[in-house]
Amino acid sequence: MSSKKTIAIIGNPNSGKTTLFNRLTGSNQHVGNWPGVTVDRKTGHICHDGVGIDIVDLPGIYSLSPYTQEEIIAREFVLSDELDGILNIVDAANIERNLYLTLQLIALGLPMVVALGFMDDVRAQGIEIDCDVLSERLGVPVVPISAKKGENMHNLLDGLAHHMRAPDKQPPYLHGVGAAIRRAAEQLQPLPLRQCSLPFYAAKLLEGDSAMWAQMDRLQMPEHMRVEINSIAAGMQSHANLTDKEMVLADALYDYIEEVVRAAYQRPKVHKETLTERIDKIVLHRVWALPIFAFFMFLMFWCTFGPIGSLLGDGMEYLIQSIISPAIRNGLTAAHTQDWLIGLICDGAIGGVGGVLSFLPQIVILFFFLSVLEDTGYLARVAFIMDTLLRRIGLSGKSFVPMLMGFGCTTPAVMAARTMENDADRRMTIMLTPFMSCGAKLPVYALVAGALFGAHQGLVVISLYVLGILMGILAGFLLKKTIFKEVSSGFVLELPTYRLPSFKGTVLNMWQKAKDFITRAGTLIFLMSVVIWLLQNFTPSLDVAQNAGESILGVIGTFIAPVFKPLGFGQWQESVALLTGLVAKEAVVSTMSVLYGAGGDSAMLSGLLGTVFTPLAGYSFLVFTLLYMPCMSAFATIKREMGGWRWAFGAAAFQTVLAYLAAMVVYQVGSLFL
Amino acid sequence: MKTLNNLKPGQSGVVESITAEGALKRHFLDMGITKGVVVTMERIAPFGDPVAVRLRGYSLSLRRAEAKKIVLEEHA
Repeated sequence: MSSKKTIAIIGNPNSGKTTLFNRLTGSNQHVGNWPGVTVDRKTGHICHDGVGIDIVDLPGIYSLSPYTQEEIIAREFVLSDELDGILNIVDAANIERNLYLTLQLIALGLPMVVALGFMDDVRAQGIEIDCDVLSERLGVPVVPISAKKGENMHNLLDGLAHHMRAPDKQPPYLHGVGAAIRRAAEQLQPLPLRQCSLPFYAAKLLEGDSAMWAQMDRLQMPEHMRVEINSIAAGMQSHANLTDKEMVLADALYDYIEEVVRAAYQRPKVHKETLTERIDKIVLHRVWALPIFAFFMFLMFWCTFGPIGSLLGDGMEYLIQSIISPAIRNGLTAAHTQDWLIGLICDGAIGGVGGVLSFLPQIVILFFFLSVLEDTGYLARVAFIMDTLLRRIGLSGKSFVPMLMGFGCTTPAVMAARTMENDADRRMTIMLTPFMSCGAKLPVYALVAGALFGAHQGLVVISLYVLGILMGILAGFLLKKTIFKEVSSGFVLELPTYRLPSFKGTVLNMWQKAKDFITRAGTLIFLMSVVIWLLQNFTPSLDVAQNAGESILGVIGTFIAPVFKPLGFGQWQESVALLTGLVAKEAVVSTMSVLYGAGGDSAMLSGLLGTVFTPLAGYSFLVFTLLYMPCMSAFATIKREMGGWRWAFGAAAFQTVLAYLAAMVVYQVGSLFL
Repeated sequence: MKTLNNLKPGQSGVVESITAEGALKRHFLDMGITKGVVVTMERIAPFGDPVAVRLRGYSLSLRRAEAKKIVLEEHA
């Protein structure tokens, strides 16, 4: 007999959930997004003993509260009719807090299995666990496993396929809480809710969960039912000698957990200091923490943007520009394709997509480091170390890594912001990251500063980097006062047990990120490249442009040039250069080179710039280049990570307006003195 | 009123109540900060804030402003 079911895998963050998911489903995974949000929705399919099982990997959560995006997703999913059962992974080394989620899942009344993970860690600490006692107290099957070593996976699969069962009872919570939940659940019976999950609904209503009460309004809960549940809640609080209903419930759950753990756990007489405690003594030492942290950051930065990353990036570029592109060009020429079409395909599409793909090696390296940082548990420590500094501008410690990456390349930096769980913090980090001057802007600084500031060019370049950081801080204040006013959920962050990342998980993660990036390069960026190439090569009457000045882009440049007059640079060439800078920032240099007729001669271009720009206008131009909207690769990434065009255009407009104002202030105020 | 913020590294206390509201209170409860639980101050971040505490067998980091909202028993 064959059948098919859908099971959700649910557990705390750092409970080994992802490792178990990878272990169970292998590479047989599909990654998408949950509707409306950028949280990954991973689904895997397995077949065991003729039973087909779809496993949905829910985000790591501590509770089914309705506060974070992850919790809301998980709660909606477990209350939906999509699922037939729950696989709850529990970290055996951190069992008290992990079981808190388990008890909430038990209240759902769905068939479930508890996988007790990290058994090897627990044994190493000399702790013994009686899984039969645990299973008997919780009323659901408990299977001890070690996902990393693959221990007991067969039993777990058997459990999923054949032995899942709904909890035989709801735990007998003390202080009248258990009875209150039972009575409230009875009250709810007439409502169109899943009957087995009534204890969950009841518990949430009793603790005054506003989202749940709102749902009851939508179901038009009768007034007498509302009154009855409120009176049950009132009765419950007087028993426990606590005034707050939420606390009464949490208290009862944790009391029960402590009792279960006392019965099923045997701890050694002497507490052995764990490896994590020993590592933290060094890594979070008040003096050594910062140098150690700086070393890791340097290592990551150096590998990504230093020799290794650039070498691979250049190799990729060589492969595309010098091998693939000429091959296609020759093929098209041999097939007597029209010149403009060859140009469109080779220079426009392949050029644009290739330029973006040359970032791929760096992105893969960066995500290797980020994935290791996160999986080992060090990323939480980074947040712990840097939080105070970043909080001043309204960010949190977790923003540090993306911001630092921003000095290399905005695209991966924006993707790195995914590691942040608070949505407002994440969005703000994404909007501020482009202010960190990316590597591609350096050639522009070098050209203009070299042409206009001679011996002081180094100082000018440094001042631009500092200005970027200062503008980021200012923008942070502005955003905090306007769009992101909501109270942050704070900085309550688990410092998880250090663990060796699994090779398989790291490779899978890198592959998924790379696939993501390639897909985007092949679609959105392909389109944008084609459009920009067309604008650059055709006149408004759709003839082939003889020179850049009469192309649509040139006409647009001439049209918008007056806009830049107050900033000190009003020629159409600069406007066009800034427009092509949207493809890639370093294109500002090549465009100016073409438009001023310098060919590839940098000395000549440098001399020409000296006659076109005053030093003040040149500096104003650099300030604008530093701050205006990022290149289209970054823009497309921002669109994806922010989950909509509205956010992406909003961010771009915000950055460009700020760039305009800053450059204008520089030029106008500077003019008063010079 | 003695709060979690008053503990020095190595000192422990017993949680008496929580004065936080809304999402923060919920988060505290979900992380196991309930009445009667023993919390030990582990360390302070290099810049003086946040702090790391140990409870229920794991480490939790929180800002000082948040630690102030966790009231400890006086005599402990």
